Amino acid sequence: MIKVEGVSKRYPGHTAVDNISFEVEKGQVVGFLGPNGAGKTTTMRILTCFMPPSSGTASVAGFDVMDQSMEVKKRIGYLPETPPLYPEMEVAEYLTFVGKLKGMGGNSLRKRVDEVSEKCNVADVRHKLVSKLSKGYKQRVGLAQAIIHNPEVLILDEPTSGLDPKQILETRDLIKGLAGEHTIILSTHILPEVEQICERVVIISRGKLVATDSMENLTNRMRGSEVIGLTVEGQSESGIVQEKLERVAGVSRVILKLAQDSSCAFEIESLQGRNIRADLARAVVEAGWNLTELRPVSMSLEEVFLQLTASEVSA
Amino acid sequence: MNNILTIWQKEVKSYFVSPIAYALLTIYAVVSGFFSYVAVGYFLDRSIGAQAGRGGPMDINEWVIRPVMMNVGVISLFLIPMITMRLFAEEKRSGTIELLITSPIRDYEIVLGKWLGALTMYACILSLTLVNLSVLFLFGSPDWRPVATSFLGMLLQGGCLLSIGCFISNTTKNQILAGAVTFGVSLLMWTFDWFTGFKSDAWAKVLAYLSLTSHFEPFSKGVIDSKDVIFYVSVIALGLFLTTRSLESLRWRS
Repeated sequence: MIKVEGVSKRYPGHTAVDNISFEVEKGQVVGFLGPNGAGKTTTMRILTCFMPPSSGTASVAGFDVMDQSMEVKKRIGYLPETPPLYPEMEVAEYLTFVGKLKGMGGNSLRKRVDEVSEKCNVADVRHKLVSKLSKGYKQRVGLAQAIIHNPEVLILDEPTSGLDPKQILETRDLIKGLAGEHTIILSTHILPEVEQICERVVIISRGKLVATDSMENLTNRMRGSEVIGLTVEGQSESGIVQEKLERVAGVSRVILKLAQDSSCAFEIESLQGRNIRADLARAVVEAGWNLTELRPVSMSLEEVFLQLTASEVSA
Repeated sequence: MNNILTIWQKEVKSYFVSPIAYALLTIYAVVSGFFSYVAVGYFLDRSIGAQAGRGGPMDINEWVIRPVMMNVGVISLFLIPMITMRLFAEEKRSGTIELLITSPIRDYEIVLGKWLGALTMYACILSLTLVNLSVLFLFGSPDWRPVATSFLGMLLQGGCLLSIGCFISNTTKNQILAGAVTFGVSLLMWTFDWFTGFKSDAWAKVLAYLSLTSHFEPFSKGVIDSKDVIFYVSVIALGLFLTTRSLESLRWRS
């Protein structure tokens, strides 16, 4: 449905997007993940024909964003980072205006305005001025605006930014509800959001594509080795403890986290597929120290993300 | 065509749901009312002289309506920047420009719709003059034809400044800046023909030709000269063309 091939966007002095390629299948929900300033918005703006790429091609539903932008625009619903609202309009009036811009009219538009206001939970504020709405409502009106012409592709730029936790949940539910009918790309830097909503992730950092994979593959890929948090008391020389721990079979790396008076904390990484907890405990006790903490440190998407983007930075 | 109508409708509405329209209408009503009153006052003063056998023939068109219409031009010089400054600057600041640009409508449709919206607002303001002039028609019998051509001229002249203002508003996010620059440019275009007062070389002639006022003169006398109409229409077209191009270039720059 969406095909991005070698797209770059260069400005004098810096490159916002650097040779990105990915594809999105029809009906998929894709999370566009990256730290602030990674080039998410730029990529989305290229897909929505807001700006052309400096090089490379992108197409939506088979239409090129440069040469057939009218066709692309007809098929895309776009919610920019700040919802493009006119404060002086009433909600229903605003949705009607956007519908007309997208080429709708007459009875079908009137019906569609009712439909999307129901769907996005803004029916109760239909006749309120946009300027009087709370942030959550504004965001939902923004979503309603994006789906008014029932587009094949939805592009949502940080749809939950700046909302309170309740509103975030509501918005996520709303997006999940839309998932069946539309192909969705949503950008975010909130990871649990991606874990909850998306089937696929595209991670970019500093304008470069870092990873593109299904949610499951991505977490599995990073979960091969185990990380264990360990605290030892009774030995003030942390070097001695570290050396001892490093000699335990199956340990690949020992990192000193904290050394205080007579206790020190480590994070220990195992080799792939090895369970080293029992061996670690034994080693500590045999040396005559006290084992005060031993816990698995889980690898959240957050760390996957940090690892991926950090390694990209250092590379 | 439908898209132009949609944008036009939205623009006109946004003038009238905000205080802008009412503020501009009020300012205009007060100032143009004062000007008309003064013009009529002079006329009465002269008519006393005329009764005593001094002065030329009394002509209400020449002595009241023409000065009033010239003054209307001066007032619009101040009002037009206030009409155009928000056109694009506001959409750029609030981000709604993204909605317009990513909708399946052409750039020139956006520009034309907005310009027509501003022109409608300007026409509403101008029409207040009719209230002042109608008093003259009630108590006298001026010729209506120079009045009609003056209005046409005013609309054309306003259209020029509006299209220039449209372009300037599209070059910035800052409304105040857009308004100030538009005012400066309008004032210059208004006064270009002052050069001919002390110079008569080619440059002075070119600048005088570019002056908006010199092309309005015939209209105020009831003459519709095609060369003036062509001048105004081409300035309008140039302004709108530049606006469309700068809207396009927004994509390459942003």
